[in-house]
Amino acid sequence: MKNNKKASPWKSLRVGLIALLSMVIFAYGFQITRVNLEELRSETRQESLIRVMRALAKPDLLEYEQEVEIVNTPVFLPCPADGTLPATPEPSGLEPYLVLTPACANEGDTIQVEGFNFAPNTTGPLRFIPGSDPDNTVSLGRENAETDADGHFIVNMELPNRASDEVQFIRATLRRNIGSPHLTQTAHDTWAKIVETVFMALLATIFGTLLAIPLSFIAARNLMMPVKSPLTSIALSILGWPIGILFGFMVVRWVGDLSASVGSNIWINLVSVVISPILISLGLRWALPQVETTTPSTQVRIVRMATLLLTVLIGFYGLFQLASLTMSTGETLTTSLGSFGFLGYFLFQVGDIVAIITPALGALAVGGALSSFLGRLGLRSSEKLPDSGLKILNIILATVAGATVLGLLGQLVEWLYQLGQPMYTLWIPLAVGGTLGLLLAIFTKAKDALPIGMVIYYITRSFLNGLRSVEALVMAIVFVIAVGIGPFAGALALGLHTIVSLAKLYCEQVESIMTGPLEAIEATGANRLQTIIYAVVPQIVPPYISYTMYRWDINVRMSTIIGFVGGGGIGFLLQQNINLLNYRGASAQMLAIAVVVASMDYISSVLREKTI
Amino acid sequence: MLQIKNLTKIYEGGVKALDNVSFEVPDNQFLAVIGLSGSGKSTLLRCINRLIEPTDGQILWNGEDITAASQEEMRRIRRKIGMVFQHFNLVHRSKVITNVLAGRLGYVNPAWSLMNRFPKEDIEKAIQKMNRVGIAEKAYQRADELSGGQQQRVGIARALMQDPEMILADEPVASLDPVLAHSIMSHLEDINKNDGVTVLCSLHFLDLVHRYADRAVALNEGKLVFEGNPKDIDDEKFKDIYGRDAERIG
Repeated sequence: MKNNKKASPWKSLRVGLIALLSMVIFAYGFQITRVNLEELRSETRQESLIRVMRALAKPDLLEYEQEVEIVNTPVFLPCPADGTLPATPEPSGLEPYLVLTPACANEGDTIQVEGFNFAPNTTGPLRFIPGSDPDNTVSLGRENAETDADGHFIVNMELPNRASDEVQFIRATLRRNIGSPHLTQTAHDTWAKIVETVFMALLATIFGTLLAIPLSFIAARNLMMPVKSPLTSIALSILGWPIGILFGFMVVRWVGDLSASVGSNIWINLVSVVISPILISLGLRWALPQVETTTPSTQVRIVRMATLLLTVLIGFYGLFQLASLTMSTGETLTTSLGSFGFLGYFLFQVGDIVAIITPALGALAVGGALSSFLGRLGLRSSEKLPDSGLKILNIILATVAGATVLGLLGQLVEWLYQLGQPMYTLWIPLAVGGTLGLLLAIFTKAKDALPIGMVIYYITRSFLNGLRSVEALVMAIVFVIAVGIGPFAGALALGLHTIVSLAKLYCEQVESIMTGPLEAIEATGANRLQTIIYAVVPQIVPPYISYTMYRWDINVRMSTIIGFVGGGGIGFLLQQNINLLNYRGASAQMLAIAVVVASMDYISSVLREKTI
Repeated sequence: MLQIKNLTKIYEGGVKALDNVSFEVPDNQFLAVIGLSGSGKSTLLRCINRLIEPTDGQILWNGEDITAASQEEMRRIRRKIGMVFQHFNLVHRSKVITNVLAGRLGYVNPAWSLMNRFPKEDIEKAIQKMNRVGIAEKAYQRADELSGGQQQRVGIARALMQDPEMILADEPVASLDPVLAHSIMSHLEDINKNDGVTVLCSLHFLDLVHRYADRAVALNEGKLVFEGNPKDIDDEKFKDIYGRDAERIG
């Protein structure tokens, strides 16, 4: 680097210009953010600031039963013209009383107020009561009285600008705490909401983690880079998805109807739930032998496929029956378990979730299975067929696949925006997709392996990045509309955001694993899925756990504000109290958030140490 | 019989790692591959089981063209070729026995292996193989708790699980001290002589080559510069292989 030692004037000039430019940008930032300390110096701002800070410093958590002594004493403002003052009631024995010196004064004068016979060591406001009614709730002034051990106090008080011919009053309201402190209503509400907040974050994290793990594998460059496939295989597997999903959805719905027609009798359910796993394991054991030394014959393969299909159908039947069983047991338990009824509620809801997602799951499973089957078929035929025949097959398949993809996208657009113009949402996408597929088939060699892995990688990455840029708070607004105000909406929004951001963090971990074990497992003849399970997964377990913990931490913090948009949790209370200027209440909630976040931090760091 | 014909590998950056390399390895031979670091030894070994795709040329094994094999066929070929690595390439956080069982992945049904289920015979076999290399008592420890020599023995046990007909050893002793190096090399020798497994082993030290190898091939900048009995490497040949400035030390 010796040749860089000599400073050239251009370089200095450039550095100078950059420095100048950054200063200009920074200066502009001052104007944009309206940096203005003048505001801070203003009297009223400082006063309110102090008031709010003091309120925040006293969270509304504990309160006492209070004993109050209220004493009114008449005052004249200004002194009556005739100079006669009405007789003040004589202090009698042990009753508390006030003495004013002087007993009358002009507006703005300072008088001395002395109290006698109050309870010792009490505090409270000393106020001017305008108007002639001693019970008037309006009071002026900000003086505070504090009695000594003898129940005596002296306070200098400035009289306000409220002249009147009639008698007015000065009131001392001295309060004393009695008994032991107890929690306020705010504290109880805060507790209930903070529990809701923590569980919202927990559910969102678990839900998000489960879905982020598979996503992270297909968003990892090092795993997707070697995935290459000939066009025949790609086109067939693309076609497999929609057909399989449609078919799977119909079949699983049919199984669901079958399950419903069998009945919701608890005994039938129970028997089905017990029997179907046995059948499934028998079927799997027979259809998937543990070691296969010779390639099986076609007949055996077909019988095996049929058995597998039957097994899968029994599996879905079992799931429906399980859902029905848990729902009915849940219902009974909710009423019979008393305070542990939430377990029954949980069972009922889990059953409901299973019943709802089973058709979707089935559709996806059949879609995936058909797609991979067709893909393999494509691979086989691209190996076996001659080039020219393959080219024609490719042209047909790629055209149909391209048309299908863009046609489906067009239908999605139609469904979203309701354009009602099939020309733009159906025919043109079909034509464009078909043409693109056709061109692809024409301009690639028939047996070339195309980098489909990288295509999937880029699509997944852009999808993740796009969705990640939408804040959970914004997602919550949508979910509030979908499932109503409450913590469920918040949990869904946080969950979705967790999926995309965790998938991003996870896949960076997958990309930074050691390649040695990957190479070694691949060399044993393991297929791609086996390589992932045996070489990738063990390496990413610690960072995955640590990121999940970190995300839980973030979710707890996020869920404290998701209530601002109706997503449930403590944010709702916090916002309400801030809007009502109830800073002591808000302070209680902020304290709760701080305690929860700090303890989460501690717990997650301890757990992280344990697992790694 | 392994036949390598006009094998060439050019990496994406334009680096020519192998340049028209041809040689043959008869069955049951212990072949040493020698050459400087970066001369293409690792690339050569990885081309044989296609961890690296060769750019040009042919590799025939028992008459079957490895370079033209489909993915499905490659799985079947790879499971007969064990591989041992310089840095052992064990999965650190897995147990030793899991690492050894991973050698069966090419045989077992993928669906079961995904749930970490192996047939009973395979587990018995794993224990037997670990016994053979003397690490059976470490079976349930984590792989990264083992010392270097032990880790390499796990690597050998993993290769043995494949019932290999050929073992590719990529500088198996370069990260080990001389005593351990001899121990590992004698395991490979035992497998070669007693099980009749062909071994292709890249090595740095000529004394190891003299002691263990039946035959040697030498690479220099991707070109085959020597092929024959290791005893025939005289000073002139040595300078061909390792360059003019090299000093013989071993």
